[in-house]
Amino acid sequence: MAEKLPKPSEMAQVEFKPQPQGWMDPKVQFHKGTFNYGFNPRSAEYLDLPNPRKWNPTAEDWHLPPNWKEIILDGLRDRLQRFRSLQVFMDICVRCGACADKCHYFIGSGDPKNMPVLRAELLRSVYRKDFTTAGKLMGKMAGARELTVDVLKEWFYYFHQCTECRRCSVFCPYGIDTAEITIIARELLNLVGLGIDWIVTPAANCFRTGNHLGIQPHGFKDSVEFAVDDLEEITGVRVEPSINRKGAEALFVMPSADYFGDPHYFGFLGYLALLHEVGLDYTFSAFASEGGNFGLFHSNEMMKRLNAKIYEEAKRLKVKWILGGECGHMWRVLHQYMDTMNGPADFLEVPRSPITGTVFDNARSTKMVHICEFTADLLYHNKLKIDPSRNDDFRVTFHDSCNTARAMGILEEPRYIINKVCNYFYEMPENTIREQTFCCGSGSGLGTDENLEMRLRGGLPRGSAVKFVREKHNVNTLACICAIDKATLPAVMDYWAPGVQVCGVHELVGNALIMRGEKARATNLRGEPLPGKEQTDE
Amino acid sequence: MNDRGKIVAGLIIFLVLITTPIWMNLVAEGDAEGPEIEILTKDVPGQDKCVKSKTEMAAQHMDLLNTWRDEVVRSKARVYQTADGRYYAKSLTHTCLKCHSNKDKFCDRCHIYVGVNPYCWDCHNEPKEFK
Amino acid sequence: MRILFSLAAVLALLLVAYVGVAAAGGSYFFLVVFPYLALAAFFIGIIYRILKWAGAPVPFHIPTTCGQQKSLGWIKPAKLEAPSTTWQVIGRMALEILLFRSLFRNTKAERVPGEKVVYGSCKWLWAAGLAFHWSFLIVFIRHLRLFLEPIPQAMIWLENLDGFFQVSVPGVLITDIILLSAITFLFLRRIFSRQIRYISLAADYFPLFLIFGIAATGVLMRHFFKVDLKAVKQFAIGLVSFSPLQPEGLGIIFYLHIFLVFVLIAYFPFSKLMHIGGIFLSPTRNLANNSRAVRHINLWNPKVKMHSYQEWEDEFHDLIIGAGLPLDKE
Repeated sequence: MAEKLPKPSEMAQVEFKPQPQGWMDPKVQFHKGTFNYGFNPRSAEYLDLPNPRKWNPTAEDWHLPPNWKEIILDGLRDRLQRFRSLQVFMDICVRCGACADKCHYFIGSGDPKNMPVLRAELLRSVYRKDFTTAGKLMGKMAGARELTVDVLKEWFYYFHQCTECRRCSVFCPYGIDTAEITIIARELLNLVGLGIDWIVTPAANCFRTGNHLGIQPHGFKDSVEFAVDDLEEITGVRVEPSINRKGAEALFVMPSADYFGDPHYFGFLGYLALLHEVGLDYTFSAFASEGGNFGLFHSNEMMKRLNAKIYEEAKRLKVKWILGGECGHMWRVLHQYMDTMNGPADFLEVPRSPITGTVFDNARSTKMVHICEFTADLLYHNKLKIDPSRNDDFRVTFHDSCNTARAMGILEEPRYIINKVCNYFYEMPENTIREQTFCCGSGSGLGTDENLEMRLRGGLPRGSAVKFVREKHNVNTLACICAIDKATLPAVMDYWAPGVQVCGVHELVGNALIMRGEKARATNLRGEPLPGKEQTDE
Repeated sequence: MNDRGKIVAGLIIFLVLITTPIWMNLVAEGDAEGPEIEILTKDVPGQDKCVKSKTEMAAQHMDLLNTWRDEVVRSKARVYQTADGRYYAKSLTHTCLKCHSNKDKFCDRCHIYVGVNPYCWDCHNEPKEFK
Repeated sequence: MRILFSLAAVLALLLVAYVGVAAAGGSYFFLVVFPYLALAAFFIGIIYRILKWAGAPVPFHIPTTCGQQKSLGWIKPAKLEAPSTTWQVIGRMALEILLFRSLFRNTKAERVPGEKVVYGSCKWLWAAGLAFHWSFLIVFIRHLRLFLEPIPQAMIWLENLDGFFQVSVPGVLITDIILLSAITFLFLRRIFSRQIRYISLAADYFPLFLIFGIAATGVLMRHFFKVDLKAVKQFAIGLVSFSPLQPEGLGIIFYLHIFLVFVLIAYFPFSKLMHIGGIFLSPTRNLANNSRAVRHINLWNPKVKMHSYQEWEDEFHDLIIGAGLPLDKE
């Protein structure tokens, strides 16, 4: 797949490519590199999902259940009754087009059906046909379309070319949120067994083992111990994290990539160093070993099923509150869904930092604090000894993750931290950061190699903004607070902005943190020589 | 979350606002049919007809006055010939107000009723005779 | 095609009114029957639509945050972009509804050499949209002088302000010009932008033509084909006090104007024009970003199959022991 990729200069030549017959013609070309394959039936069976089977998106016959149309339309009717958002978003779009060039996939592909408005119209046209009088009477002239197999294929293609990043919803005068539409459209697709493996298999893993990667309890423990050894080697300090320990003050939950992926892992070292240094009484859980939630990319029900373990484990371990690591969609769920779905968390206490005494009143119901809120508070109260010069090799820019920016609003905390622990920090252009931040192009379960071309196309706006600061300020490090970013942005950077590496904010914290009893550090958490230490090594 | 009460309240506020004309007319004391227009000086010698028909004048008198003003001021064309061959001086004060001298019961009643505010009287003196 | 269809529809409506009045003498239909039917459709339609929306719950708390959250005391929250209290939400909604805050953010993505994309500020849509909606509102309010007796003084002031320039008799009204210009811009934008033309439906062109027709007939009536205003007001008041009159002196242009108006009124609840109500109910805008501080209740929170700790421990029992991790029983 990868060898067939066009050169960046070719891929950047994007042209608006409307179909001559108009958008209502549902024919889709399943061009390799732009779509994902269907899920493994075994994963679906494990999760009791309907209509599991082997099928191939490029084949003519998708082996749909005979009553597929009825299933979809009944599902849509049911969801119209359950989601006011869906009804309102179906009814009020005026097609002003403000959202059109806000989508990274549209900017990168020029495919008109990647304009958020048209993506929604794919569903809306069917809604009009079957649920509105005008659509029933006037058909095509009212923008209504019959639900056909081709329309369904089109849904599968384009609702898996939306990363649920919500950038369009920032610009929409009515706040129409394509993420919400995509979530519901994917629920409908999954009713007839049209989900992708990169979402359903991690979800099945997570349901069984507690994390997407399917890491079992001993594997979890090994990862943590491995990190403890690594950290000791770098800092000379041996930290002693605990797992599944009852009675700790806080439960720490992170995305599983943090302890298994690269460059997430260096951020994990950062957490370990920080939490040890401030002496927080916390425990990990090998059961709640995943904060991320691929259920969000599948259905609201799956999101609830995967999320339940966090409160369950907090209750079982009798902790007082929960601290959460760096992750985007994980925080979408924790911030906007967890309390509603699996709360109330009345067995926990309002989070209070034992180091500074700060009460996190903004989390008084959910009882879960973001690590950046926790760390920013520590830095503000001067509870950490910091040597920012250790990060002097990093000329840093910060990538706001879609979900933390647009479904939470945690914008200043990470910037405050970076400014404290780094000497060289440069912002990307203002239309590409904060609430207007661009997606990595791989969110919402689309971060695979199968659709690499589409990911890189979607990564063009972010890559372009990084390239800008790379050329202007010689930036070489893209900091972020999202596991999917850390997993997928390196490829995007290599392609669009070569020479820029990706790191977590707490990797930078871990580098700069002066720990009690540490040895003179020669390397950063990546094992690379610290600035000024290169010569002495030779 | 149950916010139906709020939505119904909002809907009622909207309906109350949008039906302003209906309920304000119910409580209003004004005369819905509109005022009767009176002409008190029908007996000006030889002047029992207006320069145009009543229907035309009702809709278009402002056009006529405007045209008269422009023609008099710009071209010194002071005489107006009616469709049926009568001649008049193009003058609000000396022609129109001769008959319609009761401004308050003729001009104003109707102007106030339909809410127009002509600026004729910014320059012209209001007729005083029949006050 | 979609453009011509919509244009033809509006022209056909004009023809219906013209023939209906001039040839068939159907003033009773156009002055009494149709207006009441249209008003009934409007009120029933709006109430039905809003109650239908209200009938669906808001299961999740999903505001789109467009600014800094309220978290640590020393970090300044963006009260209007990521509101955390009801009053802040009201502020955000007011900005959105009165000033089109989100549209004001609009940018235009453009490609520049070197595989880069830049985003220029692009406020034309915002400016035209705002101009259109506000002038439409003022025109609407201005018309109340024809429905109210006596006329509230504020309405006279509004009209005087609108006719501030005192050009021509009767004076040209600023909002008429703005309304017609803005709607023309919005139409041309739909035609000349390839992207927007591609997404536009007949349902997008029809209201534009309809409103343009209403404004144009209104302006023609005020300045070129004058009708007896007293008769107009007698009709208007008769209509809203449920004792409809069919006064003399209403020119054909008046029938064209009000027929289009009542078509718009009847069409309103069944069209995208309901965005006026929908914006109030948009859950990405009308909820406070306080979902970690206040629990949002989902009325249909489903019972789903979970995987409990105990099941997990049972499955991995030996591995847990092997790794030296505590079991729950201990």
